[in-house]
Amino acid sequence: MKGATFKGGTHPFEGKDLSKDLPVKKIVPTGEMVYPVSQHIGAPAQPIVKPGDHVLVGQTIAEAGGFVSTDICSSVSGTVKKIEKRLTVSGAMVDSIIIENDKEYTKIEGFGEKREYRSLSKEEIRECIKKAGIVGMGGAGFPTHVKLAPKDDNAIDYVLVNGAECEPYLTSDYRMMLECPEEIIGGLKVILSLFPNAKGYICIEDNKPEAIKVLEQQVLKEERISVKVLKTKYPQGAERTLIYAATGRMINSKMLPADAGCVVNNIDTVISVYKAVCQNIPLIRRIVTVTGEGANHPQNFEVPTGMSYKEVLEQAGGCNEKTVKIISGGPMMGMALYDIDVPVMKTSSALLCLTKDEVAEQEPTACIRCGRCVSVCPSKLVPQMMLSYAEKFDNEGFVKINGMECYECGSCTYVCPAKRRLTQSFKQTRRSVMDSRRKQ
Amino acid sequence: MSNLYNVSASPHVRSKDSTKTIMRDVVIALLPACLAGIWVFKMEALLVLLTTSVACLLTEYIYERLMKKKITTGDYSALVTGLLLGMNLPPSIPLWIAVLGSVFAILVVKQLFGGLGQNFMNPALGARCFLMISFTGRMTSFTLDGVSSATPLAVLKNAGSSASVMDTLTQNGTSLLNMFLGNIGGTIGETSALAILIGAAYLFIRRIISWEIPVCYIGVFSVFMLLFGGHGLDGMYLLAELCGGGLLLGAFFMATDYVTSPITKNGKIVFGICLGILTGIFRVYGGSAEGVSYAIIFCNLLVPLIEKVTMPKPFGYVKEKKTK
Ligand code: SF4
Ligand code: SF4
Repeated sequence: MKGATFKGGTHPFEGKDLSKDLPVKKIVPTGEMVYPVSQHIGAPAQPIVKPGDHVLVGQTIAEAGGFVSTDICSSVSGTVKKIEKRLTVSGAMVDSIIIENDKEYTKIEGFGEKREYRSLSKEEIRECIKKAGIVGMGGAGFPTHVKLAPKDDNAIDYVLVNGAECEPYLTSDYRMMLECPEEIIGGLKVILSLFPNAKGYICIEDNKPEAIKVLEQQVLKEERISVKVLKTKYPQGAERTLIYAATGRMINSKMLPADAGCVVNNIDTVISVYKAVCQNIPLIRRIVTVTGEGANHPQNFEVPTGMSYKEVLEQAGGCNEKTVKIISGGPMMGMALYDIDVPVMKTSSALLCLTKDEVAEQEPTACIRCGRCVSVCPSKLVPQMMLSYAEKFDNEGFVKINGMECYECGSCTYVCPAKRRLTQSFKQTRRSVMDSRRKQ
Repeated sequence: MSNLYNVSASPHVRSKDSTKTIMRDVVIALLPACLAGIWVFKMEALLVLLTTSVACLLTEYIYERLMKKKITTGDYSALVTGLLLGMNLPPSIPLWIAVLGSVFAILVVKQLFGGLGQNFMNPALGARCFLMISFTGRMTSFTLDGVSSATPLAVLKNAGSSASVMDTLTQNGTSLLNMFLGNIGGTIGETSALAILIGAAYLFIRRIISWEIPVCYIGVFSVFMLLFGGHGLDGMYLLAELCGGGLLLGAFFMATDYVTSPITKNGKIVFGICLGILTGIFRVYGGSAEGVSYAIIFCNLLVPLIEKVTMPKPFGYVKEKKTK
């Protein structure tokens, strides 16, 4: 079983054994719930509740604030306490709706009601997805109803489900593939009904043979769906490398997957689509892997959005005193948290407790021009040169050698023997280039 | 529980390889060839290798001390330079010349340009050429078992293209097998092709070097020699040219020096091709039978140019469409 793949990439320590065999457990919040209005790319959602209002599970509390934007629903029942700025994972203060949980979990009318997607029109399906507040859950958080509305539905040849989960330590998608394959197939069928000419591929890295087996069983009867086995390599699950590995098509930073006839969705996104369209359940929970050498009891949890990471970690049994760094997401692209009292959002995927800070331990030294950064870069860039421009604050030079094609995957920094902070500099430079472009 | 945790931008994990582990692997890979040199040339070779290694480390240490820079002798890179320089010297070289070469390599070629990673020329080779120009006689007198003898390559060159390769070698008391194993006159490190290949295999297995430079270099060189060497398609001649002289040492250990070779894959291929052609030209048309060091140094200078013309196209690159 040799998997399809891309050129470049690297093999970080996987660390998935800590949590991969542990079934997803439900977790019940006790404290206040915090719903930031920006949990997605695009315009922030507009709150439609005010302090004192009573809300129910699944009730819309904020509505899309523009075309590229989406709704937000409450994951508990209770009373809106206030709307104020709160710290989020990214370190920014974001307007958030704070809800006092009454712990009754009274559901809104119609919640969980079965629906037949075939009886819905395409517009109704997209509206369902928007109302459910679904966003890309691989990390970026692009509103799914926008992604599923390309210029021409007939031009889409492939609907890819991203089950690569190439980030080390993360096992939430893996668990979902094992535990609810029917919902993945169901969600994919809903999406395929939007694109008459598309084939559905469920893409899985070959380090997850059990998941491949389960899903291959499931797709036996499905004409339009097949399982695509990919080679295990970081960053196999990045949108561009995934499309290339699965279809042989290439896109760059200025193109959308739809330009290559593809639509890519994460495993949990597809499940959410199924729930939204077929069961009338909006996106109000996330699968979060609590893991890392510092976690006392690694576990996969189904966490209501809005719950504090701090409480999640406490309920999971906490972390030991050797923990020096806590990351929301995986170790390659996740965000380090200095305060873990931040809410779980739609894009959260893991809480990783590291007992070793490999970044702080190793001072950068002189570049020895070993070329490793060049050979691992999935975008075929020359990170070594990009860094010398970035360090001189020469944005023009940086752009000229295609620095904007970098998607900050971290591979170059991971392999650099001189421990240079390449990706970190690129983030800053890319941001400053984007800012100056916006100003023009 | 609100203690503060470390924060930094992603990625949060690093591979185990560091500059130090890489350079240590290079040192390990150089050892077979060093040992072969000591086996053939005995005490003399050992002394030269020790002298250059110690002198290089000391020079780096003293310079960094004086300049109040971070001491980098622990990263093995000065040791690599020391060993390589020693391997590029004849065993009979006076030790003070070896010291002079070491100081030149570290001080002038490496540190004055900003230290590791900044030099545009391989320090060991730079020093070798400096010594060649300053002490031509001593740098080119080779002895084997106490008797001064010309290197097999020089013998072949002087015999001209009409003489049979095997006969010429036999008349001079040597053979291809000797050249392969290392029982011939020459510099300390280049004598045994076998030992060099063992070291090179280690570098490949540890993924310290990639195939592009050595394969293109040796491949293009072979083709060049077969076409223009004057011996026609004589396999024996080619083998003699490959095993004799500094070609293998140069191709696997010096042309592949990270700092002074192109960083991209295509750049490495072009670099290897240039090296093959230049070495061929130097060996066939040049005054001396050797040419590897000069070819590498010359190509080192071409690296920025090569990198410019071989800039890779980014993933998903599409030509900008002209909008009318
Ligand atoms: S990986 Fe690091 S040391 Fe190697 S070329 Fe790139 S920046 Fe330089
Ligand atoms: S972070 Fe950017 S430059 Fe570095 S490997 Fe990833 S895409 Fe390439």
